[in-house]
Parts: sequence; structure tokens; C-alpha cells
Amino acid sequence: MLLLNQVKYLIRKELLLEWRSKYALNGVLLYVVSTVFVCFLSFISIDKITWNALFWIIMLFASINAVSKSFLQESKGRQLYIYTLASPIALIISKTVYNVMLMMLLTLIALAFYTLVFDYVPADLGLYIVATILGSLSFSTIFTMVSAIASKAGNGGMLMAILSFPLIIPVLIVLIKLTKNAIDGLDRSVSYDEIGLLLVINALVMAVSLLLFPSLWRD
Amino acid sequence: MYKSWWKILASLLVIYSTIWGFLSKAPELPILHESIRNLYFHVPMWFGMIVLFSISVFYSVRFLSSGNPEDDLKAVESTNVGVIYGVLGIITGAIWAKFTWGQAWSFDVKQNFAAISILMYFAYLILRNAIDEEQKRAKIAAIYNIFAFPIMVVLLFVLPRLSDSLHPGNGGNPGFNAYDLDSRMRMIFYPACLGWILIGYWIYTLVYRLRSLEKKHA
Repeated sequence: MLLLNQVKYLIRKELLLEWRSKYALNGVLLYVVSTVFVCFLSFISIDKITWNALFWIIMLFASINAVSKSFLQESKGRQLYIYTLASPIALIISKTVYNVMLMMLLTLIALAFYTLVFDYVPADLGLYIVATILGSLSFSTIFTMVSAIASKAGNGGMLMAILSFPLIIPVLIVLIKLTKNAIDGLDRSVSYDEIGLLLVINALVMAVSLLLFPSLWRD
Repeated sequence: MYKSWWKILASLLVIYSTIWGFLSKAPELPILHESIRNLYFHVPMWFGMIVLFSISVFYSVRFLSSGNPEDDLKAVESTNVGVIYGVLGIITGAIWAKFTWGQAWSFDVKQNFAAISILMYFAYLILRNAIDEEQKRAKIAAIYNIFAFPIMVVLLFVLPRLSDSLHPGNGGNPGFNAYDLDSRMRMIFYPACLGWILIGYWIYTLVYRLRSLEKKHA
């Protein structure tokens, strides 16, 4: 019960901070929108497979920017303050949940804008949306933990990219496969394997983060 | 002497599998021909790599609970040897691919995923270089190592089964067991695997002892 309360307050704190500055949401939104626009100007017309790959590349970089700030941006003093108040498990859960919410919102807006600009709608839009939701979930669970590691290591941005790219590739491969099924409009039963695998990877990553974060947090 | 029986066993197995692997009769198969003998070198490298990375994770977990710097040293050195095994596995695979599939890098899923998993461990080594303070470096590196391991397992054991591959046993290709790993080859293949795994472990213990001596005298 105590844990739940702590998680609730920490998430509220994140939301409040975000609402006051609106930095992450607006910044990343502008980033996504301008990237999509640059892509549109350089491609104009595009075939389906490139459309799909481009979307995931844009989302990959946007989510690295959005999620990496969760630990890298907090000052040492504030981190110490939170650490004295809340348990590390509550902290990692709240950060992950907040990042999942942020990323889901971002990816859905990005997908809407992306389909609008390129004027192309995947054959099975429902499955594609499911895939993007699963994608934002996996991006945020993996990147939250990696950003915690990178922030402890000292020099943030560069290390974040090096550490997270090899880890995210397996997820990205499954996601691209799943969204390709959605674009081709295949029967949904074909994609159960990929959806299950993504859920398993997420559960695995969450479990490992919960186990490891308390020892990472102790300095 | 009684403690080094496994080192003697490892050397004998590797020598036996190398010499007899080249001399013995191999089944005559289309495309593969004599290159099938690479099985005795290519596959053991991967088994060795997996074993060494598992040792590394084991010591990372132990480091987190004990805080003993020796455990950290063991974790790094087994990763180092594991990475060398992985690179050798990729090289032997590329040579084999050149003669059977026509291209050294055939963009086969297993080739790509193996390369990515090696990248993961390079990232681990870079992470270590980025941190100066020893205790902190050991802790953060151990955490990254444990975090990356399940993802590597997914990458090497789960994902290749979902897609087509030129490797035997994937995407409708029959596995080696099905038709061509006949009893003569088994007699060499299994000893080769055991031998190379033991040799890898031996190299790791040597490197580890060297490093810990260097540390003591520094």
C-alpha cells in the first residue's frame, strides 16, 4: 500500500513538473513533426516498406530524446531528496509508467501526423496502432533503465546512445515485422507470435529493472 | 597435477578434433562438400561464447551481492574471452558462408543477430572505460551486464526461430541432425564442443590470474 502511494505521488510529481514547463512534450513533438516534414520533403512519394522503416527510425530517435531526460535531467540534489523519501522500486516504477504514458501520447500523435503528411494509411490500421502502443511500451521500459545506468555513469547523452542501441534492436526487428504484417493487411492471427514476444520481452525487461534498480541507486 | 586434469583433457580433445576432423571421412553432400568440416570449429565457438557470457553474468550477480572486486574482474575477463570467441565464430562463419552461400556476409538473420549481440558486449566494455571510479564502474557495469543478458538470449535463441535463415534447422531447412550429422561426425563434433568450451574457460582463468597479479603489483 505504501509503495502504491509513493508511486502515485511520484507520477503526480512528474506530471506536474511536465505540465509546468511542457518542455519534454512540446520539444519532442516539435522534433517529431519537423523530422516527419523533412522526410516528406526529401521523399515526397514513398513505398510502403520505406514508409514503415522511416516511421520507426523517427520514433527511435524521438523516444531516446524523450526518455533519456527522465534521469539525466534531474539535478543531483533533487535525486538525493527523492531517494531519501521514496523507495527505489517506487521510483523506477513511477518513472517507467510516466515514460510509457508520455511515449504512447507522442507515438499516437506522431502516427496521426505521419499518415496525414504522407497521405498513406496502413491496410490494417487497428493492428498498426496496437503495434505502436507496444513499441512505445518497449521503448520506454528499456530506455528508462538505460538512462538510469547512463546517468549514474556520468557523461549522459553519448553513453545513452551506445548502451541502448544494441539493446533496442531486437525489439525493433519484431516491431518492424509486426507493422509489416499490418501494412500488408495479413490476417491478425499471423501476428500473435510477435505480439506475444513483445509482451514477453517487456515483462522480462521490467522484472530485471525492478531487481537491479535498487542496487544501482545505492551510491 | 590432479587439479589440471581438465586442462589436459581440453588440449587432447581439441588436438584430436582438429587432426581427426581434417583426416576422417565426411559425408559427401552437395554444396557443403568438404567445407562441412568447419562444423568442428564454427559451432564450438558459439557454445564457448555462451558459456563464457553465462560465467560473466554469474559473477556480475555475485558482485552485486558481495561487492568483492575479484568477482568484477572475473566478470570482465570472461566477457573479454567470450567476445574473442564470438568474433572467431563470426569469422569462421563468414569463411564458411563464402564457400557455401557465395557471400561472406549473406545477411542471414543469425549472422546479423550474432553481430548485434557482440555489439552489446562492446557497449559493455565501452561503458567500463567511461567510468573512472573503480567501485562505481564495477557496480554499473555489472548492472548493465545483467540487464543485457536476457535480451541477448532473446536475440540469439528466440528471434532466429521466427524468421527464415540459411542456417540448418531454421526456416524449413532441415537441421544437421536430420540427415548429415552421421555417427562418424558426432564422434568428432561433441568432443570438439567440450574441448573448445574447456579451452575457453582455461584462457579465462589465465587472463584473470594475470590481471589480478597486475593489480596486486601495481
